[in-house]
Amino acid sequence: MSDANRTPVAISGLSPDDPHLQPAARRPELVERVIAVLFVFGIVLCLGFGVAYWQNWAPWTLGATMGGGLSLLGIGLIAWGKYLMPRGPFVEERHELANSDADRDAFAAAIVERGGAVVKRRKFLGGLLGTGLGIFGVVAAFPLIRSLGPLPKGTLFHTDWSKGTYLVDITGRRVHVSDMTLGSIVTVFPEGLQDSDNGQAVDQTVLIRLSNQDFTTMKGRESWGPSGYVAYSKLCTHLGCPVGLYEQELELLVCPCHQSMFNVANGAMPTFGPAPRPLPQLPLMVDAAGYLQSQSDFKEPVGPGFWERNS
Amino acid sequence: MSDKKTKAAPTNPYGKIGAALNELDDRLGVAKGGRTLLDKVFPDHWSFMLGEIALYSFIVLLVTGIFLTLYYVPSSALVTYHGPYLPLVGQKISEAYNSSVNLSFTVRGGLLMRQMHHWACDIFVGSILVHMARVFFTGAFRKPRELNWTIGTTLLVLSIAEGFLGYSLPDDLVSGTGIRIADSIILSIPVVGTYISFFLFGGNFPGTAVIPRFFIIHVLLIPLILLGLVGAHLFLLVRQKHTQFPGKGRTEKNVVGTPMYPVFMAKTTGFLLVVGGAIALLGAFAQINPIWQFGFYDAARISYAVQPDFYMGFLDGALRIMPAWEFANFGHTIALEVFLPSVVFPGILFTLVYAWPAIERKFTGDNELHNLLDRPSQRPKRTAAGVTVLSFLSILFIASSTDVVANYFRVSLNTVLWEMRILTVLVPLITYPVTLKICREMMGFQGAGKRKTTNVVTRTTEGEYVAVAAPVYVDDAHHELDAIRVPTFLAPEEETANAVEPTSGVRRAER
Repeated sequence: MSDANRTPVAISGLSPDDPHLQPAARRPELVERVIAVLFVFGIVLCLGFGVAYWQNWAPWTLGATMGGGLSLLGIGLIAWGKYLMPRGPFVEERHELANSDADRDAFAAAIVERGGAVVKRRKFLGGLLGTGLGIFGVVAAFPLIRSLGPLPKGTLFHTDWSKGTYLVDITGRRVHVSDMTLGSIVTVFPEGLQDSDNGQAVDQTVLIRLSNQDFTTMKGRESWGPSGYVAYSKLCTHLGCPVGLYEQELELLVCPCHQSMFNVANGAMPTFGPAPRPLPQLPLMVDAAGYLQSQSDFKEPVGPGFWERNS
Repeated sequence: MSDKKTKAAPTNPYGKIGAALNELDDRLGVAKGGRTLLDKVFPDHWSFMLGEIALYSFIVLLVTGIFLTLYYVPSSALVTYHGPYLPLVGQKISEAYNSSVNLSFTVRGGLLMRQMHHWACDIFVGSILVHMARVFFTGAFRKPRELNWTIGTTLLVLSIAEGFLGYSLPDDLVSGTGIRIADSIILSIPVVGTYISFFLFGGNFPGTAVIPRFFIIHVLLIPLILLGLVGAHLFLLVRQKHTQFPGKGRTEKNVVGTPMYPVFMAKTTGFLLVVGGAIALLGAFAQINPIWQFGFYDAARISYAVQPDFYMGFLDGALRIMPAWEFANFGHTIALEVFLPSVVFPGILFTLVYAWPAIERKFTGDNELHNLLDRPSQRPKRTAAGVTVLSFLSILFIASSTDVVANYFRVSLNTVLWEMRILTVLVPLITYPVTLKICREMMGFQGAGKRKTTNVVTRTTEGEYVAVAAPVYVDDAHHELDAIRVPTFLAPEEETANAVEPTSGVRRAER
């Protein structure tokens, strides 16, 4: 008779020769030998783990010995439980979780009656206590949360670019009009901030040379692209990833995170993907010595959308 | 009372162990409860191991995690790298990244522990998901176990959050970009988004507060809640006893299986060792998250074709295929292209998951206690609903690698994006009716899984042939595996008309 068809019994009170208490294996001695071999190899590997650590062997030897040792001991133990221990099946009765009606009523009565006796007669006190604790809860939440950080205020609307800020690359070198060839791209920062957190996270800008003449990307931006240089915020308007890929032939900036594409010749209008807005353009000018400067800050907030944004 | 204490201890029939147990019982009164615990029966089924995998990978996470905290430095302060990894030598990197790289290269066994921790995390979340699917499709969440379903769902949410925080701590290029995206998602929340962002980051992104804050949430706050909830989850499991599949001798009122001591204990301890061993082998042979190759986080740099850990995939996919629907013509901006897929969608999804036991109870009117599990085919609408949600999430998961798919199959990104957008709508529309149909067909096979009986053909003296069905095999005579009349989702009559009368298990609540 297969195990599945043997009638389940309770484990307590069985005589030692009851078939439920016999091992499931047909040849227990053989299984015992196999498990012994598993355990011996497991012990050897666990010792090997110690040796590998002591001798400072490569990390994979540590993992292989530890993993192999644990797995062999585990497989042996499972086999021991499955084949050499009482085969069952055993049964246990479920006891109803619900109590008798009398007990339930007594419980409910204790809560309702005692509570009623206290609260109903002292509603005023209860109200005062509740108000006090409520006020404390609300008031305490303010310093707790408020001290976590400054208010946003206008922070998200401005960057460190302003009138006459020099464009520098990551090494801090100013960009001269003669530096870049047609179609080349470089990431620029406000001078002096190329190593700062804010400079890298907020002010990062891509500078692309599209032409040898002044370049107009949109109506009203006639003076923004001197000598064919155009600059856009590098923060994707979708989720703020750096728009780090440039497809030179199609003049597309591509965001590697979610594949939004922006047409740099056309005001960085999004042409594909989830980005909703064009990348803000930085108005550029050239100083007397031929170095690139910003005319002003970006005309709109950079990066992803947020509630207070108004454009 | 006092005689008992002064009485000379009689020789215990169970020797020293028996005497020691008596001493323990004098003080704690554990003999009776202990015996019940040792006799406690656990039903056997391979699918009941899935939760054990989650539990044991959690133990591995705790052990390896404690090791990692001994070496990791949660700070954004810049230091110069002077380690054995040549490409980084002399670079200014954060202490968090520096200590993570040192953990990998100079701490003995550190790389193994880091990789085991990461693998254990993926296995933890993955096994929770599969365990949850098992509980869902077999109806184990029904009364009286709704509370444990709620706790389990909370464990899933917290472990996803915990995974994301841990993934962020090494401060490498990829995880830093992940934090940037998380910040942008927070910013998209109407009215309060910017405030939440500034309070979480201690100012504008990235600031220096985020690494230490994520660290303490990752190693203290969430693990503490997880531990408590895992304890509650197991306590309820013991208190309410495990569910079981129908079968010989199994009823709503008993549990059939193996006793806690020694059989279950041996098997489950062995399984703990195997799970730990498997994670160690993965840590040894399958590289995961090689942060030294990604480089340190620099907000102006980015890597290409990078996916988050798998449990974040469905959100990333939803973000990718969402059309650019910003709503911004009233003096404020609602970034719907971010807010809908990454805040509203998971919000609705998890609300549905939390509410499912209540939803099902409302639609079936079934308020009975259930200890016997359903076969998924017996509950066509529930199964179809579950498969539909899973298929939807799977498409979103695939959509999280549109760029890789486009590259691999040499098709345009545009094509892949539109295919994914169409598939997210189309696939659930197809999976629901198809699953429903398959389940109903399966319900139609009466006694499916039983042996066919012989037809004995005899010839009478008149020459007439008569076919008589032989009696059912003795082993198949019981009816536990028969299709049973089930509470359906306001089902039309003909649907249940063919089902045989219930012989065990669930009955529709009488009204």
